[in-house]
Amino acid sequence: MSETTVDTPADLATFPTARDSGCPFDPPAEYAELRAQEGTPALACPVGVDARVVSRYADVRAMLGDPNLSSHAAPSTHVVAGGLLDRPVAPGSLLNMDGPGHARLRRLLTPEFTVKRIQAMRPYVQGLVDDHLDALLARTGPVDLVADFALPIPSLVICELLGVDYADRDRFQEQTAVLIGTNSDPAALEQANLEVVGFMTQLVLTKLAAPGDDLLGRLIVRARESGQELSVEELVTLGITLLIAGHETTANMIGLSTLALLRQPGQLAALRADPGLAGTAVDEMLRYLSIVQFGVLRQATGDLTIGDETIRAGEWLVAVLSAGNRDESVFPDPDRIDLKREATAHLAFGYGIHQCLGQQLARVELQEVFARLHQRIPTLRLAVPFEEIEFKNDALVYGVRALPVTWDREEDDR
Amino acid sequence: MKVRIDVDACVGAGQCVLAAPDVFDQRDEDGMVVLLLEEPPAELEAATEHAALLCPALAIVVDR
Ligand code: HEM
Ligand code: SF4
Repeated sequence: MSETTVDTPADLATFPTARDSGCPFDPPAEYAELRAQEGTPALACPVGVDARVVSRYADVRAMLGDPNLSSHAAPSTHVVAGGLLDRPVAPGSLLNMDGPGHARLRRLLTPEFTVKRIQAMRPYVQGLVDDHLDALLARTGPVDLVADFALPIPSLVICELLGVDYADRDRFQEQTAVLIGTNSDPAALEQANLEVVGFMTQLVLTKLAAPGDDLLGRLIVRARESGQELSVEELVTLGITLLIAGHETTANMIGLSTLALLRQPGQLAALRADPGLAGTAVDEMLRYLSIVQFGVLRQATGDLTIGDETIRAGEWLVAVLSAGNRDESVFPDPDRIDLKREATAHLAFGYGIHQCLGQQLARVELQEVFARLHQRIPTLRLAVPFEEIEFKNDALVYGVRALPVTWDREEDDR
Repeated sequence: MKVRIDVDACVGAGQCVLAAPDVFDQRDEDGMVVLLLEEPPAELEAATEHAALLCPALAIVVDR
């Protein structure tokens, strides 16, 4: 942080990252000041550059919908001290690609994520959620809902999507949990990273030799048939992108939204009484929690206009998704959870050409969790005081490190 | 109401299909938007406008 301590809105000088409102579910209080301030101020970011900070809902959409932007730096690098802004973009790294290269790759992948295709995965997801709930219900004593529910479900969904053999799923899941968990020590992380890359390379080579009826197999065939064959490197990078983008986010949403709902008994009771509410509830919780907590970074490749301001080519810009999602001109009473709110136009999945490719899958996973968890464990509650829950304040994707929960068992009732 | 789509702009996020499944679909082969109803009936107008609002690529244009 810089030495500047002036805190009047007009003088905000550094990009705010501390959640200081007293409620761990609220974004930094300064985001509201930024929305109220005219224009898009240039604020110093931990990575070492100034970036124009875009915080109003309409401005975030205007920015992310503009073609004169590059994603070449990873999505939230602005808050990473010592982060690299000019790393070469790896072939196959969809999140960092621009223009025709991005469009070509995204179109090869899109058929795997259509509403129809993802709806067809719903029974699989339902079964997975129920199996994990069965396993939880068989346990005595408190359980960690993050380790035993939130992490494995999205991981196994990615396995199913990519076509990982059943025999290999346990190993895959263990390694990715290390990779994504923030409790792992650096040596274990390094080891897990090597293992996951090795695993994905092996998977890609297997699918190249004999493409099956799964995402990677179909992608390989589709690319070949359209004369745009993908290299091993591209396929491995894509596989890992899907794994990281789909696992960490969804797992954090499951943990954090469960905690937030446990703190709102009225809303939770409504969901329990009517699991049909899960549809709107999921989008409302995505909006309210905006777990890509510091937003997404871009660099202008040409001049663009946001509101009445011109941003010049070369300038860095941050679209603060969590700030736009609390914009009261679009979401009345924005700091309140309202599971019946029509919130699908939220920005939690981004906007524009990089808007989350996996969003329909994420919705299905979260809907099945929301509908089933509280039905099957109606007395679910925290097993520790709320104050003891640790939040991932510094992580690019917000969440809780662990969520110890318990519930009334039949033995207790006797 | 008349609806136009810009398939070149579409990024296949499927927002329109969720919002107005009777008006929009996605092609199986590349996931791009398909317009099922160029002139949606009155009862589908609100959903169609919502789809246009949701589209992250501004690929849906509604003329009234
Ligand atoms: C709650 C869960 C999720 C959240 C909050 C989320 C959020 C996001 C956001 C904000 C972006 C845009 C990044 C940017 O503009 O730079 C994005 C992109 C992406 N997401 Fe998700 N995501 C979630 C789940 C998933 C899942 C389940 C998958 C796939 C299995 C997935 C795959 C992707 C991919 C491939 C991209 C890059 C798209 C592109 O660059 O064209 N995400 N996600
Ligand atoms: S919402 Fe827009 S980008 Fe998404 S599928 Fe429909 S037309 Fe294409």
